[in-house]
Amino acid sequence: MRQHSAEAAQDFSSVDRTVLVAALVAELAKVLPAAGLLHVKEDLKPYECDGLSAYRELPLAVLLPETEAQVVAVMKICRAAGVPIVPRGAGTGLSAGALPHCDGVVLSLAKMKRILHIDPVARVAVVQPGVRNLSVSEAAAPFGLYYAPDPSSQIACTIGGNVAENSGGVHCLKYGLTVHNVLRVRAVTMAGDIVEFGNHALDAPGYDLLALAIGSEGLLAITTEVTVKLVPRPELAQVIMASFDDVTKAGEAVAAVIGAGIIPAGLEMMDKPAIAAVEPFVKAGYDLNAAAILLCESDGTAEEVAEEIARMKAVLEASGATGLRVSQSEAERLRFWAGRKAAFPAAGRVSADYYCMDGTIPRRRLGEMLTAITAMEKKYGLRCMNVFHAGDGNLHPLILYDANVPGELQRTEAFGAEILKLSVDLGGTITGEHGVGFEKINSMCDQFGADELRAFHAVKRAFDPEGLLNPEKAIPTLHRCAEFGRMHVHGGQIKFPDLERF
Amino acid sequence: MSDRTQDDFRDRILARKPLRLRGGGSKDFYGGIIVGDVLDTRAYRGIVSYEPTELVVTARCGTPLAELEAALAQRGQFLACEPPRFAPGTTVGGAVASGLSGSRRATAGSVRDFVLGVKVMDGEGRVLNFGGQVMKNVAGFDVSRLMVGSLGTLGLILEVSLKVLPLPQGDASLCFDMPQDKALAALNHWGGQPLPLVASCWTQDVLTLRLSGACAAVASACAKLGGERLDATVAGDFWTALRDQSLEFFAGETPLWRFSVPSVVPPLALPDLPQLIEWGGAQRWVRGELPAAAFALAAKVDGHATLFRGGDKANGVFAPLQAPLLEVHRRLKQSFDPYGVFNPGRLYPAF
Ligand SMILES: Cc1cc2nc3c(=O)[nH]c(=O)nc-3n(C[C@H](O)[C@H](O)[C@H](O)COP(=O)(O)OP(=O)(O)OC[C@H]3O[C@@H](n4cnc5c(N)ncnc54)[C@H](O)[C@@H]3O)c2cc1C
Repeated sequence: MRQHSAEAAQDFSSVDRTVLVAALVAELAKVLPAAGLLHVKEDLKPYECDGLSAYRELPLAVLLPETEAQVVAVMKICRAAGVPIVPRGAGTGLSAGALPHCDGVVLSLAKMKRILHIDPVARVAVVQPGVRNLSVSEAAAPFGLYYAPDPSSQIACTIGGNVAENSGGVHCLKYGLTVHNVLRVRAVTMAGDIVEFGNHALDAPGYDLLALAIGSEGLLAITTEVTVKLVPRPELAQVIMASFDDVTKAGEAVAAVIGAGIIPAGLEMMDKPAIAAVEPFVKAGYDLNAAAILLCESDGTAEEVAEEIARMKAVLEASGATGLRVSQSEAERLRFWAGRKAAFPAAGRVSADYYCMDGTIPRRRLGEMLTAITAMEKKYGLRCMNVFHAGDGNLHPLILYDANVPGELQRTEAFGAEILKLSVDLGGTITGEHGVGFEKINSMCDQFGADELRAFHAVKRAFDPEGLLNPEKAIPTLHRCAEFGRMHVHGGQIKFPDLERF
Repeated sequence: MSDRTQDDFRDRILARKPLRLRGGGSKDFYGGIIVGDVLDTRAYRGIVSYEPTELVVTARCGTPLAELEAALAQRGQFLACEPPRFAPGTTVGGAVASGLSGSRRATAGSVRDFVLGVKVMDGEGRVLNFGGQVMKNVAGFDVSRLMVGSLGTLGLILEVSLKVLPLPQGDASLCFDMPQDKALAALNHWGGQPLPLVASCWTQDVLTLRLSGACAAVASACAKLGGERLDATVAGDFWTALRDQSLEFFAGETPLWRFSVPSVVPPLALPDLPQLIEWGGAQRWVRGELPAAAFALAAKVDGHATLFRGGDKANGVFAPLQAPLLEVHRRLKQSFDPYGVFNPGRLYPAF
């Protein structure tokens, strides 16, 4: 589907590819257990895409190391051979970040899945990268602790993947993103050096490479061990489900809640099409007549929750909510959330395919964005349902399409790109939590100018001078932006005067 | 006017001579040797935008921190990382570049946790924008947070966007008589419970706690924890004095060492030296002449030491870096500041 041209990568097309691959596999076989080295086509199939299945590619081989020493050995072999490496966790990523490179190998961390240590007094867990997000909280539960970032994919996605994407969840307005909840990342560089970013204290000497590593989409180093913070589980949580007869009013209610000095534990919004898709499937008790519903959660001690729920109710009522329900039991709270958490699968039930977008905008621009999306539905002839992490302005429009209808995927991509462009124009960003990956690489040209992109490439080179780690992802080359004709222009100046126009 | 100031900055940078970036000068004592002509950031000041319902404020580097915090307080909000001021003139740029955080750090987060975006001028006089004004943003590497604590060695921070939070409604401070080992054990125990415990300070066998959050939560925590409740004004002054290091503990010329360690580390083997402990046990201040072995002592307990104020800087101020990481530092410095203009030697002698 696309052409690769990693500068540092070996040119497998001009020489006898099978001979080179055989030589590489023979080298790798010396350092990996037999079950940890896949190179037969059928075995590679399951790795051809991640959660964004519209993009597929077969790698030369898939490597599944079981130890950090094996990771080091693999890095050295691939570096010597000039072979690109694409790291992979559970493959739930939604931006084709783990999409294989046709001349490279996939390095899956899925077999490194042990929780090494839980220290309930220090409130930390030390885990391998292949550990699933939810299993950290499960292991910490007996101590009354949990790991706060809770992506909707938490039963499947790995901590290594979360670190790579700086993943969020429905509770990150109050409890932060991955970057706020990780103390230390141990990693292997492309040169095969073992390095540690951060430590078990609250800061580390030198530049904040931990912050740089988190959200780096597998471009800087391979994560082999992570120390996460654990926080006390709140005594109680209750959620309000509020209905609105108008989406803009719901958006204004979000601003009003925050304006009143309340930071809800979670603040999520769904529009009518999303409610209609979810309700028959989950039976969460959502109001099918509402134009939008908000889920507004409070957690803490019983006294604190009672106080906060009362304040939230008052603000929501004043903002024109047409109906309010407060969860009366833990079971009911989970049911209210179940609908929101099932929004993606529900989209999959009402449509052959769906494409999930991930822009963030300032909350006050929500109404404008929704109006624009409605117009885009007409323009592209496609339906869209909207779920939002409303508290932090992170939108997940789900564009419904059918890949078997010729032209629909292309129209969907154009629809998505226009939403992202508008996110930037409204003062936001093209990705709030799913990452750029391969998917949004062109949209990066909308958000950043040549100078910033050069700086990003310099950061990449500081860790991986040969550019072999997850190449052609996350940061577009200047040429790519020029070819795409989508250059971010500061104050009317053209940013790539030195590059030819296409 | 501000554009003119930016042009002035650019001219100075393009002269390619070492520059010492300086706001209010409140942290002149901090870091390695300082060389170069002063580039005073205070002409570039002012709040660029502030949208309380978006929980974001954007300010220029030369804005006095006090001015920014006063503007937030007027709208019932604050910077929960509470950067220290040390002296009246502290600027926003200096607070971000030094990356130092106040007493709520262990629970509310550090300065870097609250930085959403920066505008910086690099060593070639180019203005670069990273991050933005929204809470969630993963486009490109997180260069904004890389700037926090880089002590001005990577670029001139022109503008910064910070996440702000509503001021908590309830606030109470409690005192307990406790020796150090008991205090550390208690802090780690309470830290694992759902209590609105936001700050702590132990020194001279007295542990002071700050509770802050919903009124009901603070009231019930006070009842549960006991101790002696401090008068609100006394308490407010105490936490401010702690933040700005104007408590008696910090007075005088004796070197001040900072140990950043896991909160569960037992009392440091420096029994004869005065100590003050914050951040639930994770930040420990020590007064005294310590040998360079202090760095190794901290590393042994999985933390790091800093010669924070005073003393002999010949042995280094910050803990040495792992060789591969030092190389990454060098390359980052080289790419953002190819002519070595910004604060050379302030972080590490090599750059
Ligand atoms: C139904 C559904 C719901 C979702 N909900 C959310 C949500 O609420 N919030 C959210 O933020 N995301 C969400 N996601 C996206 C996704 O789950 C996250 O991005 C997750 O962190 C990816 O983890 P993974 O283990 O699947 O990583 P993968 O998809 O395997 O990889 C993701 C990226 O990380 C890199 N990588 C993986 N492991 C390592 C490693 N050890 N070292 C270096 N690089 C590595 C890969 O190269 C790739 O670039 C959702 C996805 C789905 C399918």
